[in-house]
Amino acid sequence: MFPRQFDYVAPTSLDEALQALADNPNAKVMSGGMSLIPLMKLRLFSPQLVVDIGRIPGLDGISDDGDHIAVGALVRHAQTASDPLVAANAAALAQAAAWTGDAQVRNRGTTCGALAHADIAADQPAGALACGATMVARSASGSREIAAADFFVDTLTSALNDDEILVEVRLPKAGAGEGSAYDKLGRRGGHSDYAVAGAAAWVRKANGTVAEARVALTGVGSKPTLAPAVAAAIVGTDGSADAVVAAAEHALEGVTVLEDLYGSEEYKAHLAKVYARRALTSALDAV
Amino acid sequence: MSTTSVLGGIVRRREDPALIQGTGAYVDDIKLPGELHAAFVRSPFARADITSVDASAALAMDGVRAVYTIDDVRDLGPLLAQVPVGALRPLLADGAVHHVGEAVAMVVADDRYVAQDAADAVVVEYEPREAVVTLKDSASDRVKVNDSLESNVLMSWAGPFGMEPDQIAEVKAGIDAGKARDDVVVVSQEMTNQRLIPVAIEPRAVLADYNAGYNSFNVWSSTQMPHALAGAVATMFGLPTTSVRVVAPEVGGGFGCKLNVYNDEILVAFASRHLGAPVRWTESRREAGNSTIQGRGWVATATLVGTRDGEIVGYELEGLADMGAYSQNFTVAIPFLGLFVGSGQYKMPTYWKIDCVATNTATTDAYRGAGRPEAIYYLERIIDMYAREIGLDPAEVRMKNFVPAAEFPAATSPLGFAMDTGDYATNLQALLDHYDYAGWRAEQEAARAEGRNVGIGLASYVEVCGFAPAGLADLGFSWSAYGLPTAFNGSGVVRVNPDGTATVVIGTGPSGQGHQTTWAQIVSDQLGIPFENIRVRHGDTAESPMGVGTFGSRSAAVDGSATYEAAARVREKAAKIAAHLLEASEEDIVFADGAAHVAGSPDSSVPWADIASVAYQPHKLPEGTEGGLETHVVYSPANATWPFGSHLAMVEVDADTGNVEILRYACMDDCGNVINPMIVDGQIHGGLAQGIGQALFEEAIYDEAGNLLSGSLVDYPIPTAGDLPAYELARTTTPTDINAMGVKGIGEAGTIGAAQTVVNAVVDALSPMGVRHIDMPLRPRKVWQAIQDARG
Amino acid sequence: MEITLKVNRREVSADVEPRTLLVHLLRERLRLTGTHVGCETGYCGACTVHVNGTAVKSCTMLAVQADGADITTIEGLASNGDLHPVQEGFWERHGLQCGYCTPGMIMSAVALLDANSNPSEDEIRHGLEGNLCRCTGYHNIVRAVEYAGAKMRGEEPPPPDWEVSA
Repeated sequence: MFPRQFDYVAPTSLDEALQALADNPNAKVMSGGMSLIPLMKLRLFSPQLVVDIGRIPGLDGISDDGDHIAVGALVRHAQTASDPLVAANAAALAQAAAWTGDAQVRNRGTTCGALAHADIAADQPAGALACGATMVARSASGSREIAAADFFVDTLTSALNDDEILVEVRLPKAGAGEGSAYDKLGRRGGHSDYAVAGAAAWVRKANGTVAEARVALTGVGSKPTLAPAVAAAIVGTDGSADAVVAAAEHALEGVTVLEDLYGSEEYKAHLAKVYARRALTSALDAV
Repeated sequence: MSTTSVLGGIVRRREDPALIQGTGAYVDDIKLPGELHAAFVRSPFARADITSVDASAALAMDGVRAVYTIDDVRDLGPLLAQVPVGALRPLLADGAVHHVGEAVAMVVADDRYVAQDAADAVVVEYEPREAVVTLKDSASDRVKVNDSLESNVLMSWAGPFGMEPDQIAEVKAGIDAGKARDDVVVVSQEMTNQRLIPVAIEPRAVLADYNAGYNSFNVWSSTQMPHALAGAVATMFGLPTTSVRVVAPEVGGGFGCKLNVYNDEILVAFASRHLGAPVRWTESRREAGNSTIQGRGWVATATLVGTRDGEIVGYELEGLADMGAYSQNFTVAIPFLGLFVGSGQYKMPTYWKIDCVATNTATTDAYRGAGRPEAIYYLERIIDMYAREIGLDPAEVRMKNFVPAAEFPAATSPLGFAMDTGDYATNLQALLDHYDYAGWRAEQEAARAEGRNVGIGLASYVEVCGFAPAGLADLGFSWSAYGLPTAFNGSGVVRVNPDGTATVVIGTGPSGQGHQTTWAQIVSDQLGIPFENIRVRHGDTAESPMGVGTFGSRSAAVDGSATYEAAARVREKAAKIAAHLLEASEEDIVFADGAAHVAGSPDSSVPWADIASVAYQPHKLPEGTEGGLETHVVYSPANATWPFGSHLAMVEVDADTGNVEILRYACMDDCGNVINPMIVDGQIHGGLAQGIGQALFEEAIYDEAGNLLSGSLVDYPIPTAGDLPAYELARTTTPTDINAMGVKGIGEAGTIGAAQTVVNAVVDALSPMGVRHIDMPLRPRKVWQAIQDARG
Repeated sequence: MEITLKVNRREVSADVEPRTLLVHLLRERLRLTGTHVGCETGYCGACTVHVNGTAVKSCTMLAVQADGADITTIEGLASNGDLHPVQEGFWERHGLQCGYCTPGMIMSAVALLDANSNPSEDEIRHGLEGNLCRCTGYHNIVRAVEYAGAKMRGEEPPPPDWEVSA
């Protein structure tokens, strides 16, 4: 209940924050704190320095940047869930944000924070993967872009370096024939709580045929991950129910399934297929 | 909205204005000047010998006042237990630990953050030993849970109750003979009734303040049994009970987990005396999982023998119940409460045997229902399987085997207990009619035709509460271990004050049941003093009469009856005074609207204030009448009370994921007369949520090394608003003849009725696929697995 | 660290460690003990307060994060002695038993109705998933919020269930 002692800075500029990270190898970035603070209270994680980016202006917006939508580091889950730009261009991420945590968590936690935390049972990483997001990481020494597909490395491990801040997530603008969706089984059943398993899907149809697709899984393996074989199998089909069922059967190719308190390996493997199917179906319906 | 204060009326709760504005004070809200904070060093091992404890680093920290180990408190002895069978808990681990979370040392510091820092700095070296976690393994005595135990099997509860072993064996032989008949089916199933964590939303908390001048303690504790705690503190410190004042202020839910004396309560008192300052401790949620009691934890096999046309020939239950590592308040007595209701609403030869088994896990004790949900669960599940086996509707099978209404009052249950009143068939028929059971079945058929897996669950229950008859005091239904050799009486003081208002003082320990409201209604009804002018006080041992506490759905039936009687006696005396003042005959005095009236003479009346004023001026009283207007009644019921009911649930299962959704939940409960229907409904609602929580979500999961894997609310998901349906309630009314108000008790009925209703519904939904049983909790993974297993 | 914030319309300053949780600032230093603590994982919601108008779990926020913020706790909800309609609803519809979760539940319900003045039962139930109650089974909490919503819309609240079933 009581965190260990730590030092705290709340810079008012990104540069200051990046410098603090550069200067302190045992520092941790905090945005909403919804994952970090409970870990610190349980004393499972005790950084020496917390760099609170919550007071940095200019990071709390969602903007239309031409070919993509930019979601800033301080955009809360609730904002992501209800923003019309996100809904129109990355419905899977919007739905995942709407099913993240509970109302109070969504008011405080940030989409970028949830992505950076890289929890295997979180919702939004799957949405970001399916929507083809690009992560913009900044450090004192510069900026780099990381494709979502390369961002989730392992359990609670992203591709961010310790001195980097995820300042923005870029979501490609949706074009004609595109649709995306997210579906999950929550730990208490329904859509509530962390995902036992879930999937996000994005498709682009052209001339009655699925021209392009991405399907991402959460809760199944050691990290949120793309299921490329599903995408490959649905591309070129008409997106019919039968085609979706057949494609979803490929959900586990290249994916290592891990059991936990909420599901055996067999069950999670099954759910991966079920939710790949459901997410694909909804994404195709959304086209 | 109705605002009548007579019995049976809806009255907004007296308790609420403070609670909805945040001004109600729970233990952690009470701040004393100079108070210190305790934190515990707890064992990470389920079984280990302690080779050393080094507190030097902790003691060197700024703001740390003390670190205590068993060497400091061994002289106080182990924690008192009301039923001291099995290993008793040392106040702090004494050379060995026997479950994860066992307290090894206690740190006291100026601040709660520092106390936790210091607890982390205490270095304990352990020599791990093999832990015994599962019931069957423990019962084999392959490894002892504790070196002091001769056997891990601590005791056995067998029935019918009151019979010698050879007579019980005869009952069993009779049932066995029935199994050989060629017109019967035998249905048998081993089932787990999983361990649960009570999860009162207010964590337990205690604050102790020792007064050296009086050699006395003030203790504020989040407890359901303030008098028992006062007795325990007094006994362990060798003081008279008058030297210990326990206050249970607002208590944020109990459900049995606060029905215990805990080592932390004794230890903060010790530290307060030692350090000369108030000391407090408030548990964390993780500690609530590991160190506060858990409930349930049975593995047993139910066997039912019955004819193909629905007549039950015999029922057996045989199995093991988990006691955990140490016996505390009631621990080994909990299965006994199951024995009371082991034959449910049915008239059938019944054999029952549950062995109490220790394990290297947290102590188990009373959790809402305590033994009765377990007993009813096994019975109602196996009856459902039997009905399916013979192809009869589950309602019909139950109807055929009920104890007939004609046998009441005082019917004797097959397990040998006298039951007060009951009319089970009327109650079940009311359920079926009121909710249109046939319509539910038609709806189910239609859904199935659409390929939806919709199921309907029905279950009946009988519950026993209102403990306890004086005759049970020697069986542990008392606080004798805490130096209070009483039966589980009810008590109530009713005092009419000189201004005509009334103060009611009761010995209960409510934790949300609305006693201030209900008791004011009882007294208002008796005296005709307006509800608003009655103040009900409870929870403070310095001002309340000896009281047993609030648990086992007993408060209204037992303490309420005491208060009812006390009010009646005050009324008698007031009638004498009023008759004197009005120059009327005592028999003609009636009380209403804040005054005494002469029957038939509307103009002739005297207000309560005038009656009271005279009562406190003895020279104005009629000759031979003593001054004052106050009565204390100690009431001992002749029997427990036996509420009952039947519940219906409709569920839908997603066969692809195993997800269960409750579509409808409907009840027909019977708790006798009802004092405040709003409060009674609320008790049922909450009870249902806990029963449904057990059915679908909750489980204290231990790994093979004895680690609790589901000790936080992240992994122990109690239901949220989004997980539960709106409940449909209705009731039949079969008053008890045990007490004057005819009330039985309702605190646990919902919980006792719910779990098997939901499981029966889920199995009904999946029975076309061949699913016969799924052990709780019906988490999606288990439901899905059951479907796979059934499909082969 | 020195922080200044507004709590229930009053400006307060405090010197806190960085690790001090907002809920402890409120409870221990400001003695606003109506905000409760029921867990350490941010699940129970008993500690819910409003920070700059939104419902937040004060056990999952550092006091230093609240520097400069405008906070409302349960103690600041009633105005001039008049209960907020949500408080009234909880009282009228028996939306509480032990009362421990109630302040947080009420703060969440107020935020819910501020965002959606006429929520469906389903929206109420899912909107309150961040607040655990172990006593009421939520039935009457939902009814309390429906009552309050009606009141806030200037409508007659639906009759209580116990009158409907009687």
